[in-house]
Amino acid sequence: MLSLESITNSIHAWLNNTFNPTLALLLEFVIVGTCAIGLFTVLGLVLVLMERKVSAYMQIRLGPNRVGYGGSMQTLADTLKLAVKEGLTPDGADKFLFNLAPFIVIIISMLILAPIPFAKGFQIWDMNIGVLYVSAVSSVSVIGILMAGWASNNKYSLLGAMRSGAQIVSYELSAGLSILSIIVLTGSLKISDIIASQENGWWIFKGHIPAVIAFVIFIIAVTAETNRAPFDLAEAESELTAGFHTEYSGMKFALFFLAEYVNIFIACSLGAILFLGGWMPLHIGNWSGFNHIMDFIPSSIWFISKVFFLIFVIMWFRWTFPRLRVDQLLNLEWKYLLPISMFNLLLMTLVAIMGWHF
Amino acid sequence: MGASSLIVLIIAAIAFSAGGIAVAKILVKGTKNPQKGQAYECGIPTAGSSWNQFNIGYYLFALIFLIFDVELIFLYPWAVVVKKVGMGALVEIIIFLFILFMGFLYAHKKGALKWM
Repeated sequence: MLSLESITNSIHAWLNNTFNPTLALLLEFVIVGTCAIGLFTVLGLVLVLMERKVSAYMQIRLGPNRVGYGGSMQTLADTLKLAVKEGLTPDGADKFLFNLAPFIVIIISMLILAPIPFAKGFQIWDMNIGVLYVSAVSSVSVIGILMAGWASNNKYSLLGAMRSGAQIVSYELSAGLSILSIIVLTGSLKISDIIASQENGWWIFKGHIPAVIAFVIFIIAVTAETNRAPFDLAEAESELTAGFHTEYSGMKFALFFLAEYVNIFIACSLGAILFLGGWMPLHIGNWSGFNHIMDFIPSSIWFISKVFFLIFVIMWFRWTFPRLRVDQLLNLEWKYLLPISMFNLLLMTLVAIMGWHF
Repeated sequence: MGASSLIVLIIAAIAFSAGGIAVAKILVKGTKNPQKGQAYECGIPTAGSSWNQFNIGYYLFALIFLIFDVELIFLYPWAVVVKKVGMGALVEIIIFLFILFMGFLYAHKKGALKWM
């Protein structure tokens, strides 16, 4: 069967047979880098269009429908427009940090792509601390945001960045605790092990009620961590114009925008890996016939459809809930989500030790 | 691929963003105008710098976060082995979280979690 794993293996074998090892390794690096950049661009194009279409249909309007078939080229046109805009740096800004911030944000979101398995055996680096790596590196992105907001020397930017910092660090805790409640069950931080442990069912089904609570808390927390509505205080248009990227224009703004969407993708793929089985098809216990039928759908399609389902849910939130105030936001995290996720973790540990899960 | 893939990804990210910015630099002929360099504050002239004292509330939350984040790092190795170790690990972590939770309640009582 044609799968991404066999394609990568054959490319690897061909390179090693044709060239000497050093050159082959170098060529592989070039291929990986190009693929990562390509993925970045495609994700940006697809997700921005999806966002606009989903918002449009939720408000009973059509959305972009002029450029290309059904508006499919709209994002490309917007990118071209941004490419011919002048990238301004305000006179009062800290020029070095101001220009460094978009690079930091892009580097962080590119780095998190490393342990994400897009299909069976199709992963840049299957490190043994995969989940810890993702949550550790993704929390660095707050530095890029604070840098951008502070360096702009603009009150809106500073306020947006400060809010964003407080929000991201707060919600990281409950996201981390709900990640841990799955780690308790799998006993491994390696992403391929976590996915392999869901061979007879996804954790959201196998882990009883604590897994469902952890999933709900995780989704809320990543919505806040990626600065999405209803937690988009960092760039609340009606009060802060554009938050931390008020002063950015042209391509630098486009980079922030792109990193934001890639971060949503990464957060949702982490959710899909932990709770919905990553690329693992829908398997139910020992129903081997049913499992066989499900295996016919390629693993990449399973992964992408799960991730896009979660992204759709996060976009759905945006048009369902009104924006929170900053004190309500912090109350929700510190007084509700954090204690609940802490007790949920203990409950999950009890379930795991007693072997009550399936 | 091993750890070298991270270096590859960093280089790819820098190339991607630098390429984008460089393309924009080449395509765009910028004009000079003293108004252009001003901070955008919705048309009102900027009053003073924004690098001054700031609401302490954000720092308080950052401090509490620091404690809990260290706790979270302690929990990671615990979570990996808890299933093998069994009940003992659960009791120990309950004691650990209880002490931490008392500190959290203290901070709550002191009003550190109240937004000013």
